[in-house]
Order: sequence, then C-alpha cells, then structure tokens
Amino acid sequence: MINFGYTLNKSGAINLVEADLSLYNDLMKKVPSFARCIGCGGCAATCAARQHTDFSVLKCNMLIRRGEYDTLSKELNKCMLCGKCSLVCPRNVNTRAMIIQARLLVNSFSKR
Amino acid sequence: MNQNFHPFVIPFMLGVIFLVIVMIVRLVRWFRMMDKRQRVAVSRNIISFKTLKAIWETIRESLFHRNIFKTNFVLGYMHFCFAFGWLMLIVMGKVEEIFASGKIFTEPWLGIFFKYFEPIGEHYPLQGFFAFVMDLLLLFVLSGLILAFIKRSRSTILGLRKTTNHSPIDRTALTALWLIFPLRLFSESITASYKGNGGFLTQTIGNWLSVLPVETIELPAWWAYSIALCVFFALMPFTRYMHIFTEVLLIFLRKWKVVESAEKTGYTFIELYSCSRCGICIDTCQINSAANINNTQAVYFIRDVREEQLQDEIADNCLMCNRCTNACPVGIEQTQIRRIYRRKKGFDSEKLYDYIKPEAPKDAQAKVLYFAGCMSHLTPGIITAMKQILDNAKIDYHFLDEDKSICCGRPLKQQGFLEQANALMRKNSELINNAGGTVLVTSCPICYNSFAKDYNLSIPVMHHSQYIEQLLNEGKLKVSKKKELRIAYHDPCEISRGHNIYESPRNIITKVGELIPAGNEKDDSLCCGGSLANTIINPEQLTAIRNQTLDTLCINHPDILATSCPLCKKSFQRGGNTIKVMDIAELIALD
Ligand code: SF4
Ligand code: SF4
Ligand code: SF4
Ligand code: SF4
Repeated sequence: MINFGYTLNKSGAINLVEADLSLYNDLMKKVPSFARCIGCGGCAATCAARQHTDFSVLKCNMLIRRGEYDTLSKELNKCMLCGKCSLVCPRNVNTRAMIIQARLLVNSFSKR
Repeated sequence: MNQNFHPFVIPFMLGVIFLVIVMIVRLVRWFRMMDKRQRVAVSRNIISFKTLKAIWETIRESLFHRNIFKTNFVLGYMHFCFAFGWLMLIVMGKVEEIFASGKIFTEPWLGIFFKYFEPIGEHYPLQGFFAFVMDLLLLFVLSGLILAFIKRSRSTILGLRKTTNHSPIDRTALTALWLIFPLRLFSESITASYKGNGGFLTQTIGNWLSVLPVETIELPAWWAYSIALCVFFALMPFTRYMHIFTEVLLIFLRKWKVVESAEKTGYTFIELYSCSRCGICIDTCQINSAANINNTQAVYFIRDVREEQLQDEIADNCLMCNRCTNACPVGIEQTQIRRIYRRKKGFDSEKLYDYIKPEAPKDAQAKVLYFAGCMSHLTPGIITAMKQILDNAKIDYHFLDEDKSICCGRPLKQQGFLEQANALMRKNSELINNAGGTVLVTSCPICYNSFAKDYNLSIPVMHHSQYIEQLLNEGKLKVSKKKELRIAYHDPCEISRGHNIYESPRNIITKVGELIPAGNEKDDSLCCGGSLANTIINPEQLTAIRNQTLDTLCINHPDILATSCPLCKKSFQRGGNTIKVMDIAELIALD
C-alpha cells in the first residue's frame, strides 16, 4: 500500500446489514417482552448500578440490537439484578430476564 | 425339605435382598458426596442427645405422620395406616412366630407368610390373641388402602384439589403396593378355610371361600402375594416410595445439624429422595392456584431433577415464597435446592463490580446505620417516613445508601449468580464496616434476610418493624391512636416465613389504629406478586397472583392495607387498585 504519510481511522459506523444479529434473535425468542421496549429510558433513570457507573438496560438493548457483543459482555456484568428497572418499565419488559439470558447467550457465544 | 420353606418365598427374598443392596450402595454414595462441613456436623453430633431426639421425631413423623395429620386429617390417616399398620404387621408377625416356634432366630420370611407355615393343630401361648391382632392390623391397612384408592380417583374428597401425576414405573409400584394387602387377605383366608387358623376377618372370609377348590387356589394365591412383594421391593428404590427410608435418614441428618450447601451434595440427594410426592405443595403454590401453571411446583421440580430431565424454565419458574416448604410434611427445602440447580457459572469473578467504591462516612461516626435498600428508593415515602421517625426519636444515624445504593446480593443469589452475589456482599460489608455503627436497620425484608443470614456482620441487624417497635417501647417515639382506622396487615415472605417476624409490625399497628384480621396471615401469607426470584412468569400471571393475594387480604374491607416491605407496597399499588397501601413506617410517621 502506498504510504501517504497519514492513515484513516477505522470506521466507527455500525453496518446493521452485516452485523451479526444472532444473539438478538435468540434473545427475542427467550424473552419475547424485549420486543416491547420503546427506549423510553425509564429503566436507566432508576438503575441502581447507574448511580455508580455508566450503565443501563437501555444501553444493553442498543448494543444487542446493533450486534456489538464484545462491549455487551462487559456491560451486562455490571447489573446487580436488583429489579428496580422491571418495576418502573411502562412496557412491562422483563428486563432482568433479558439481562440473565443475554449473559448466558454471550457466554455460550464466546465458547463457540 | 425344611417344612418352613416353600419355593414361593423366593421372589419375596430376592426382592428384599435387591432392595438392601441398592440401599447400601446409595447410602455409601450419598455419604461420600457430602461436603466436609456436613461430615464434620455428623461426626460431631452423632453421639449426643440429638440422636435421641431424631429417633423420637422419626416415630412421630415417619410412623404417625403428625405433620400430614395437621394439614389434612384424612391424608394423614391414610399415611398412618400404611406406615404404622405395615410396620406393626411385620413386628407382630415376628413376635407371633417367636411365640409359635419358641425360637428367636428363624427363617426371615416366616413372619410374612406365617399363616401358611403355621402347623395345624399345634397350640402356643396367645394364639387367639395374635390371630385377632393380625387381622385387626390388616383391616387397618386395608382401610388406608381404600382411602388411597379414592384419592387416586377423586382427590377432592380428601380435600386436595390437585394430585400428582405418576410415571409408569411409579404406577407399577403403586399397583404392586395396592395388591399386596388384598392378596395377603385372600391367601390367609384361603389357608384359614381349611386350617381354621384365621382371626375374625380371615376366618370369616375363609369360611365363605370354602366353597371354592381351596387346595388348588392356595399356592397360586401365596405365589401372587410373594410376587407382589417382590415387585414392590425391587421397584422401591426407583420410585417415590424411596422416601420411606430416605425420610428417616433426613430426620437424623437434620438433627445432627447438617445443612444444604451452595453446591450439589449427598445431602441434596437425600432431600430430593425424601419427597413422597404427596402433592400437598401443589395446592399451596400460587403459581398453580392463581396463575394456573401446573408443572413447576416443588413436587414436579423434584421429580424432574430425580429423573434428570430438569429444564431451566421449570427451575426458574418459582417465586421462592417458601409456602410449599412451610406446608411440606417432610420440610424439604426446595428453594435451596432450586438455587443449586439455577447455579450459573463461567463468569470472570476477578473484576466483578469493581466500579463500586464503598465510601466511608465523612461525618462523625453514628450509632445507628440505616440501609434503605434498592426497593425503598422506588417507594420514597418509606424513606421520608423513616427519616422523620429517626429524627423525631432523636437518633444519631447514618444513612448508608442515601444517594447510591448497592444491592444486597440476594436477587443475584436467587438466580444462581453466586460469585456475583459474593462480590456485592463484599462491597456492602466494606461499606457497613467503614461506617462503624452498633446496629444496622433496614427497611427492605430482602436486604434484612440477606444481611442476617448470608452476611457475617459484626453488628446486629434489625428490620425497621423491629426497630420502630423498640423505639416505641423505649418511649423515644410517641404516637396517638386513631380509633376509626381499620388496618389489615400483609406479612412479606422474606420476614414472615424467612424470619418469623410476625408480632413487631402488628404491635406497631395496634398503637396507631385497629388491627383487623385478614385472610392467609402469618406463616400462611401469600405472595404480593412482586417476587424477584421468578424471571419466567409473565406480568399478567404476576398480576393474577397479586390480585388473589389482595382479595384475601381485604376480606374484611380495611381502610388501609399495611405491610412492611417496599416491594410488597409497590406491587400492591401498581396497575389500578383502590385500596390504600402503606408501610408501617409511614403509618407511624403519619401521626
Ligand atoms: S423502561 Fe422499559 S420500555 Fe423503557 S427503555 Fe427501559 S426496558 Fe425499554
Ligand atoms: S436490575 Fe440491573 S439494570 Fe435493573 S435497575 Fe437493577 S442494576 Fe439496574
Ligand atoms: S415436596 Fe413435600 S409437599 Fe411436595 S410432594 Fe414432596 S413431600 Fe409432598
Ligand atoms: S416457593 Fe412458592 S412459588 Fe415456588 S413452588 Fe413453592 S409455593 Fe410455588
């Protein structure tokens, strides 16, 4: 390759067409209520973990929908499963089941 | 040939020998699977009064079935007939045989088939008495059998709404068991018809039967009796009837202070095999009675584990309310076992929750540490009330989780994330130790249970109901009674069955208003539908559970429904509900 004396950064754009959405699809089957999320952020506002660090169910939702599984596995482990989010969610999303199943899926994916 | 032998005893003997061998193999395996702590407990307590207590409890529970009697008289009678009646038949058979032969050691089968081998025309002491007693015992067992038959066909007559479904092998063993006693009756009657050695029952039936060709029927009848015994004994270790032995073992181990550990051990199997599949747990479970799900209750969960076909959905579909454990006549700690089977491993335990940095309080060290808990932060009324109470009582306190809460770790533990739970527990212990108080007060029963049972704190833990009661008793807090206020109280699972805190909240309520009775009180309390332990059940089903609970609580139309758990309060308030729900702290602060 010709050296022009500068390089281009790797693109940060997420290509949803090529993204691996297998975990997302599996999770949808395991926790159907996940589909009801409207991204209102209620879960994030109340999150106990978020008082200590940048974390929320909503953020995990986004990562799952975009197929960003590397970041996801670190994020998921921050949740304390305290249950506040599931009590405030206006759409009755089973947030804790989502976190638990996503943790298990991420684990089985990384073993594959 | 020995006159005390006939080939028809061979099936019986084979069955017994097989049973004994399997039992010994199992026992050895289970004991080897116990962990160190459990083995130490056994060796430390085996020679002590605890063993005598265990013997007494065995007689009370395994023979007389006191616990089942308490729950359901007819069911208790049924079990009593089988256990006590059968044992007495064996014991009295042996005694009779000793009297008849004059020897202590005789062929092991003699007592079982005594009527056949009893010599004609010989007389021995108490002959008539034995004939009478043996018939009476047989009649006693048969009466239980009739009840068992009714239970199978129409469980509602015995006051059970649902009875357990059985696997083919269970059914075969059941059939064999049911045949044993009628066959015994038949064989003894046939023999009595020509020997004249029967009692009031067998002789009477024998006389009727004498119209039949008794000589030809006699041997086949005794063969059938022996084969039924053989089939039952041989299948026993693989069916629910295994509980007959395991239950005794469990009683002893419990008395020797053996407890369930976080991992699967021999003790877990002993608990699992102690389940008699009586089905009492099915009716007590709200997942059955309110949500209409019928494959997840303790009995089914235990069956699935034993048959090695447990699915995660079954293990996870439980509120861990412990209603079933409370009702279980054997006291199987199914919730603990469920946790073991929910265990999720393979997470990097090094860095877990390293984002949490427990802080030391900047202000002077306070005596009382207050921990509201995550759930109280969802019901800020409770926190406001608690602050007001502590201020009114002029208590020097430090609010541990005022703007940042760390979960106590119990929800993680319930879901089987043990490493994660331990990590949070370390963080909270650090937070509490840094603050250096003399007592820890919490508003959340989940946290309370966790701090009191799972943590190893150096200071005492109190639930706010206990603490407020103490403040009232010490006169630090004054309230005035409002006569017109009618209050019903809901016992939250975690401090009722979990810790037997029943009186403190009630004493508080009587100081503010009139405590009126509700349905399902104290250790029989229902779930608010907010349980964090179940991640499977859907919101509609949870609402059905909640509504069932609200209906029973409000049978006497209270003005206020009081509880002492933020999660219960939240669940009762959600989704349109007209009754006013208050925490006991709010009741006091309302003053
Ligand atoms: S509160 Fe519920 S609907 Fe809103 S973002 Fe969170 S999960 Fe989605
Ligand atoms: S369960 Fe997890 S995501 Fe939900 S509020 Fe608690 S810490 Fe946050
Ligand atoms: S768990 Fe207890 S109550 Fe349920 S079937 Fe077994 S022995 Fe009976
Ligand atoms: S703990 Fe409660 S929800 Fe779970 S099986 Fe027992 S009664 Fe049912």
